[in-house]
Amino acid sequence: MLPKNFMGYRRENGRVGIRNHVIILPLDDLSNAACEKVEHNVKGTLALPHHYGRLQFGEDLNLHFRTLIGTGANPNVAGVIVIGIEPGWTGRVVDGIAKTGKRVEGFALERNGEIKTVANACRVAQEMLQDASENQREKCDISELWVSVKCGESDTTSGIGSNPTVGNFIDKMDPIGITSCFGETSEITGAELICKERGATPEASEKFYATWTDYNDMIERHKTDDLSESQPTKGNIEGGLTTIEEKAFGNLEKIGKKTNYIDVLKPAEEPAKGAGLYFMDTSSAAAECVTLQAAAGFVVHLFPTGQGNVIGNPIEPVIKLTANPRTAREMAEHVDLDVSGILRREMNYDEAGDRLIDIAMRTCNGRMTCAEALGHREFVMTKLYQSA
Amino acid sequence: MSAPHFVVHNDTDTVGVVVVEDVKTGIDLTGWKMESDDTITVKALNDIPLGHKIALANFKDGDAVLKYGHDIGKIVQDVAIGGHVHTHNLKTKKW
Repeated sequence: MLPKNFMGYRRENGRVGIRNHVIILPLDDLSNAACEKVEHNVKGTLALPHHYGRLQFGEDLNLHFRTLIGTGANPNVAGVIVIGIEPGWTGRVVDGIAKTGKRVEGFALERNGEIKTVANACRVAQEMLQDASENQREKCDISELWVSVKCGESDTTSGIGSNPTVGNFIDKMDPIGITSCFGETSEITGAELICKERGATPEASEKFYATWTDYNDMIERHKTDDLSESQPTKGNIEGGLTTIEEKAFGNLEKIGKKTNYIDVLKPAEEPAKGAGLYFMDTSSAAAECVTLQAAAGFVVHLFPTGQGNVIGNPIEPVIKLTANPRTAREMAEHVDLDVSGILRREMNYDEAGDRLIDIAMRTCNGRMTCAEALGHREFVMTKLYQSA
Repeated sequence: MSAPHFVVHNDTDTVGVVVVEDVKTGIDLTGWKMESDDTITVKALNDIPLGHKIALANFKDGDAVLKYGHDIGKIVQDVAIGGHVHTHNLKTKKW
């Protein structure tokens, strides 16, 4: 029985979130300290420190703004405080988030100093937090749910157990109208022609192939070896994955057997073609990828792991599943769903997919994930090249 | 049947994945072909850790290895049926 509804927070622009955060967002690295002071003073707000925002230019700068504005605009966020070193770029982020209609205010450090800025920001943050605490969940249609997927610290159990479980979820939920997203451009290497065939239109297929080729060319330009221990990672290899081709075919199991992607997104780009599966051009590093997907508006993440990646995200709950019996046993506090029964022939993909739908819907309705309970808030901006 | 020692994703695959923690040299292993739901048996030629691959064909230097029904790399050192297939004898064709 597929779910028809979930209990979410409807935002001013009509989008639906499953969390109700007030975030304190730094424009740049210099403003992290102020944001963390606001978080400390106003309990329940969430600072999102990061390393960048100075002297970036061109597409790298566009991506910086797209990521920050998208993070603030995500419907899991009720209100936003933006703090930056100066008012110009701070205002650009504020204006971008304000288009959603939600409460957002910016503060600049220059000519105010940190202590005054923090005091001013705290007063607004407190009001936003108390107001947001009155927001109520309401019954929303399942077609209003946006789900992202990405795996991490994969091993061979990912490709034969946890990734096909996510694929089963996508094959069941895509026809009932969810919007979903996969990425990890480099991690399709070896399976790129198979992935190209999964485009819903020739345009989508060509766009994917051009995107993959660009990323692969970048790797060819910079590589000093066959990338062994980087892609596949040292952990992947420890877990039995040998080549990028093997990892790629296992990775692609996450999009199921019959769901085709309808469009290809730039990093952190919001989908614009309605419900369906999208491919996003991302790094295969867990926190970078999930940060970009959250910035594109996805509200819940499915994360299959083999060896036991512990990642979370500050605004998008990350649900972890594993088919590795040792990981399920030794790292139980990080595992929301154990599907190792697949490898013992106790559970098939259909049953595992149903269990994933169940835990995903409970998470959407308010259940905290392991990563949320353990305080995992990895927020990692993608940087395309050196700053000026 | 009881829980398998290794599983084979596609029927055409030439390697399986060990899914238990105690595969030692000389043990007779039971494998589950997921696609056709068939059972096969192979004797382990090496200790093979959980998650690592077991050869289901006699590979020669230069042979392709099939998994998920696709080519996942080239053999660089001969491996017999039941042997451990990993970074010491299998390499990527990419990068």
